[in-house]
Amino acid sequence: MKKNNPISRLELANITKQYPGCLANDNISITLMPGEIHALLGENGAGKSTLVKTIYGIVAPDKGDIIWDGKEVSIKSPSVARDLGIGMVFQHFSLFETMTVSQNIELCLSKIQLNKIGDLAKRITQLSEEYGLNVDPNRYVHSLSIGERQRVEIMRCLVQSVKLLILDEPTSVLTPQEVSGLFNVLRTLSKEGCSILFISHKLHEVTEVCHKATILRGGKVVDTCIPSEETPATIAKMMVGDLADQDAGYSKKEGTITVFNVTDLSLPSKQPFGTELKNINFDLKAGEILGIAGVAGNGQDELMAIISGEDERNVKNAFTLGKLKIGHLHAGERRQLGMAYVPEERLGRGAVPDMSLTENTLLTHSTGFVKNGLVQWQSIKEYTSELISKYKVKCHGEFSEAQSLSGGNLQKFIMGREIGQHPKVLICAHPTWGVDVGAALAIHQALLELRDQGAAILLISEDIDELFLLADRMAAVCDGYLSPLIKTEETNIDQIGQWMAGTFINTAVQEAQA
Amino acid sequence: MIRIQARTEPSSLMKVASPLLAIVLTLIFGAILFSAIGKSPVQALQVLLIAPLADSYNIGEMFVKMGPLLLCAVGLSLCYRANMWNIGAEGQLLAGALGGSAMALYFIDSESTFALPITLLAGIASGMIWAAVPTFLKLRYNSNLILTTIMFNYIALYLLIWSVHGPLRDPDGYGFPESALFSDITLLPTLFEGSRIHLGILFAVLSGIIGWFILSKTHLGFQIRVFGADEPAARYAGFSGKKLSWFVMLFAGALAGLAGVSETTGPIGQLTPNISPGYGYSAIIVAYLGRLHPIGAIIAAAFMAVLYMGGELAQIEMGIPVAVISMFQGVLLFFLLACDFFINNRLSLTNQATN
Repeated sequence: MKKNNPISRLELANITKQYPGCLANDNISITLMPGEIHALLGENGAGKSTLVKTIYGIVAPDKGDIIWDGKEVSIKSPSVARDLGIGMVFQHFSLFETMTVSQNIELCLSKIQLNKIGDLAKRITQLSEEYGLNVDPNRYVHSLSIGERQRVEIMRCLVQSVKLLILDEPTSVLTPQEVSGLFNVLRTLSKEGCSILFISHKLHEVTEVCHKATILRGGKVVDTCIPSEETPATIAKMMVGDLADQDAGYSKKEGTITVFNVTDLSLPSKQPFGTELKNINFDLKAGEILGIAGVAGNGQDELMAIISGEDERNVKNAFTLGKLKIGHLHAGERRQLGMAYVPEERLGRGAVPDMSLTENTLLTHSTGFVKNGLVQWQSIKEYTSELISKYKVKCHGEFSEAQSLSGGNLQKFIMGREIGQHPKVLICAHPTWGVDVGAALAIHQALLELRDQGAAILLISEDIDELFLLADRMAAVCDGYLSPLIKTEETNIDQIGQWMAGTFINTAVQEAQA
Repeated sequence: MIRIQARTEPSSLMKVASPLLAIVLTLIFGAILFSAIGKSPVQALQVLLIAPLADSYNIGEMFVKMGPLLLCAVGLSLCYRANMWNIGAEGQLLAGALGGSAMALYFIDSESTFALPITLLAGIASGMIWAAVPTFLKLRYNSNLILTTIMFNYIALYLLIWSVHGPLRDPDGYGFPESALFSDITLLPTLFEGSRIHLGILFAVLSGIIGWFILSKTHLGFQIRVFGADEPAARYAGFSGKKLSWFVMLFAGALAGLAGVSETTGPIGQLTPNISPGYGYSAIIVAYLGRLHPIGAIIAAAFMAVLYMGGELAQIEMGIPVAVISMFQGVLLFFLLACDFFINNRLSLTNQATN
């Protein structure tokens, strides 16, 4: 495996895949050289997932050839792909929490591979040192952070001596420090001749680490480029066509009066691997966006659930809306008082998958549409089609099932639905997670518009760039603690990054004890 | 090679075709079954499915059986839509029969025009109480609703048997375990001269329409559907699961209770130990056959009533054992659930052999 090898590692020629009603891949041709870090870019629904699934043997293409190390191959299943030396790290990890790292890795190895490796734990330790992965084979997965779990997934590929590593949005769940760690690993791998196919929505990462980039739109290759010669803005332009003025910084606002207040919120976790909330205090002002940064699993979900009332435990005095204590009210009553929510899971929580958009409008927006207990279907229908056109939701119509929409479009719909209720307080979790640039822009603008109308917005996100872009004040959560609040202009990415890692906790604990 | 593929969206054709396909498969299975026990399959199917509709008496009897099936099935449809696995329609029906009969016996010498409505209300209330206990146990102590409702079926049955042997037994009945015949004032009027079709069938059809109205027109019905389809979404939207659970269970209990009291005050006219040939259990099949849709339940209940009638006729005319008839019904449910698989999946022929 030397560099400058004239034989390409992987060549895709005219890959075409037709789904019912959607041409997911249209004559896609891509070449990857050994040691190349290749970015695959595109909006949601551009065909990236289908393409990598084709390479990993999950999806069979209708047409086209796959040439691996100069030979034409047919990758019929993931196990064939693994035998060739293709490894994939999915966006959602597939690890058993109650098993150790080495047990998890052992699970996906065949007997022959295991015999070849011999002492698996030793091999893991060795590889871990070689690539700076810092993975302890004997630790239980539930005790690992998200970043560590991702490294276990990468380790799982390395153990099988991988020649092509596919990463699906690997950085969306990492702290800035963890991201740079990951990039070091990728660079080391690349030097050894391992090719890497890297799917991301974060353009500055692509310019930082990738050698080449292929941009997909509507199932076609629309452009290729060398990221180091481009800026995030020019790549964004290629992705969305002519839209997107990405770097337009938004003006910051100062909130007026406090509308929502959290006082001394401490709450043990409901689930065995959940996070305990520890003495959380903050206030949310009208006309501001308060951003809460943090790596997934540090209490964001628990905080969201208790604020929304989905966690039904009574915390009467912890929440104040205006002058009203609302900690004892159930979720429906809190909505009636002007609270609205955009949850992290769009499908299955924010929207019922097999119900129409009209029905999904009614899900949270019943005021004015229910008279004497009867649903005014006609007026909801009209309102829903207004929502669809106002927020440019791509779908067949208000009768479309929620599950037929792409993630970004469904998110625009949910966002529009919640904003349409003119909430006093909007709690919004990971609004642009996995959403393409165009939709993200629309969602950002909708949030800012709502803020300027005087609503108080709590924005929980793992995307630190997004928080800096939108939030007027910021804080971070770590291990169930909330950091101090600070104006966005007065802080920087390093400080928030450190807060995400928990540097504020000692002082917070001391203050609590004092 | 045949492969099973998940459909990208549920097939609307299969949603309609699945019950029909299930019926066809059941008929084929039935034909094999009847041949196996040495009966002519053609004659057996003719007696089972066509004879019940062959003359006006049989059609009348078919409607008599359809009433309680439909009342129970409408309630169950709403329960299952809300993910409340109520298997207790039988017990709720028996409780309704018992409570209603006690009231009817209280009015045995009465001339009051309110006697019948009060008797019916007593039946409805008894059914609701019978549904309320398991609901309370589930919501308060998180007990398994399937188990408690089944247990309550047995409790209702033995309570009823005890009653007709004890407090409600006809003093002039020569010791038979039956109540006295109810007074005419507490009997449901028949709809046609010379037939046993009574007001109960109207209650049943009306309940189907009300059930449909609730599910598709009211906010409450919408909440029930969301709760059943996607519980996290219902919690996110702030719907009260407790309120909905209470509503569907009490609604189902009321309808099953009405079915029970309509049986005793309708075609039977007294309380006997065997007022129900398992209507409450068959209603589960009816509910699913009708796609958990109250209007679908009307059609499904008619079909099931034909099977019931046919089953009786097959016993009388051909000597086919009742167990075989029950098996036939069970197989119908089996095929129905199996065919539903194809709503979300399809078989596809692939030629993967090309390398």
